[in-house]
Amino acid sequence: MSAVTDTARVAPAANPVSQSLRDSMVVAQRNLIRMSRIPEMIIYGLIQPIMFVVLFTYVFGGSMQIGSSTSATDYKNFLMAGIFAQTVTFATASSGAGIADDMHKGLIDRFRSLPMARGAVLTGRTFADLVQTALTLIVLAVVAVLVGWRVGSDGSTNAGKVLAAFGLLLLLGYAFTWIGALIGMSVCTPEAATSSGLIWLFPVTFISNAFVDTSHMTPWLRHIAEWNPFSATVQACRVLFANPGQSTSAAWPMQHPVWASLIYSVLIIVVFRTLAVRKYRSATA
Amino acid sequence: MPGAIYAEGLVKTFGDVKALDGVDLDVPEGTVLGLLGPNGAGKTTAVRCLTTLLQPDRGSAVVAGIDVLKHPDAVRRSIGLSGQFAAVDEYLTGRENLQMVGRLYQMKAKPAKARAAELLEQFDLADAADRPTKTYSGGMRRRLDLAAALVVSPPVMFMDEPTTGLDPRNRQLLWEVIKKLVSGGTTLLLTTQYLEEADHLAHEIAVVDHGRVIATGTSDQLKARTGGERVEVVVHEREHIQAASEILRGFGKGDTTVEDHMRKLTVPVSGGAKLLAEVIRELDSRGIEIDDIGLRRPTLDDVFLSLTGHVAEAKDEESDKKETTK
Repeated sequence: MSAVTDTARVAPAANPVSQSLRDSMVVAQRNLIRMSRIPEMIIYGLIQPIMFVVLFTYVFGGSMQIGSSTSATDYKNFLMAGIFAQTVTFATASSGAGIADDMHKGLIDRFRSLPMARGAVLTGRTFADLVQTALTLIVLAVVAVLVGWRVGSDGSTNAGKVLAAFGLLLLLGYAFTWIGALIGMSVCTPEAATSSGLIWLFPVTFISNAFVDTSHMTPWLRHIAEWNPFSATVQACRVLFANPGQSTSAAWPMQHPVWASLIYSVLIIVVFRTLAVRKYRSATA
Repeated sequence: MPGAIYAEGLVKTFGDVKALDGVDLDVPEGTVLGLLGPNGAGKTTAVRCLTTLLQPDRGSAVVAGIDVLKHPDAVRRSIGLSGQFAAVDEYLTGRENLQMVGRLYQMKAKPAKARAAELLEQFDLADAADRPTKTYSGGMRRRLDLAAALVVSPPVMFMDEPTTGLDPRNRQLLWEVIKKLVSGGTTLLLTTQYLEEADHLAHEIAVVDHGRVIATGTSDQLKARTGGERVEVVVHEREHIQAASEILRGFGKGDTTVEDHMRKLTVPVSGGAKLLAEVIRELDSRGIEIDDIGLRRPTLDDVFLSLTGHVAEAKDEESDKKETTK
């Protein structure tokens, strides 16, 4: 080993940012191929939200009061923003399970022994989950339209606003996959990642404005619901879709839902990405 | 000059278990070191420290001339690791797996593709190249895992129990591959529980127990430490045991041991094949019919037993658990 070649090899790669992005895309591609070979996962991932749409629409539809209205149509239009948001957060479980599975099978060891960007394994996984979330959202939106959901049912909107709402939903979903990544790095088995990835999502998505009008909640619960990051995105979607049931609460996130949704999502990404990547660096299978 | 793999005083503690308790290693370029020890001895931990997967508590290591603790990323560019578990994506095809690894070694798409095809051919996986690896047999997966470690032909390779769990045929196949690799000049550190494997592949062997290297040397040197050769005779008739024993006493340089039920006699000797021929002539001239006779040299099993006081297969349950769960 001559000193000359050593210096050459010790020198870092040309551009860490582009290397990181490139490595992430390689890993994302791997995860997308994987997903396409396990179609049953995608199908089950779709059945659940579709079931929620149908159940909530037809079972709860007639008996829910949104503002002063008890019309089933109003509830349907109110509901969809909530279902969309809940669906994107469920990506947490699949990303957590995927990463725990990689740990379990020794793939993380292989990746960690390669001269690749440190965050790329997790980033690649979250990119792939984002693609899956987007596909799920498209199918779900079609189903929602089929059961009678309409944008602009409570005022006027436009294509730009509707797209912006879907953008916020994707960002929320992306943020939650980083929570999943941290869970996946922290538990021992994929099974544990799936259940621990899902359990806490129920209180988070139900103590919110997703399925009921928060103004009917007891005050302390209402405060939690109104400051819940998840509620901000739901409220933002209702505003952008011009759907009924928008909260009139004075709470800041309800008054500025688009900003609140953006800030919350970015904050979640920054915090959980940092923690998950730190965990990855020191991971032991 | 330190070798291609060099470690000094590596210490790693998990809770109150000292997985590594001051390990020193020095592997000259182009040679194979066999790290031999039972489960839980610290072999995997040593490999993980040397391949940047684990930070040692104390000590230093240099791999391919690069400081492992100071420049882990540069070390990763110069090593290949093939682990205890065949770490390939089971839903990707063999080809896709190798291409991905090539890309992550920072190769461009085209060379990565060409290299993958080359390795699939070389490792006899070309027919199965486009099937998801979950359809592969254990041996095929292990070969693919090894191929993945060789994508950039790294100057230094680490293999953690490469043949554990393989049937004899596949083990033989993998040994051939490893030998070819080493003949090309690669430096290799190989861990194994199989004494036969270390004997077969390694230029030098380091015996590890309880996180320490307790002996190093070539397989011959280690065997010599356990004592010399001996003659083993199996007589045909039980009533000839006594007579045979008297003859052997004349040739031996120690006590003859007799295993009655097997009609087997063993005596330590010095003098090699020439002496063996004399023993045979003598037995023959006395009309003692023999079923089997041979000059036995100590096996690495004997070496291991005499060094550690326990046989290699015996698992130290507690430290074993620590090593796999850590």
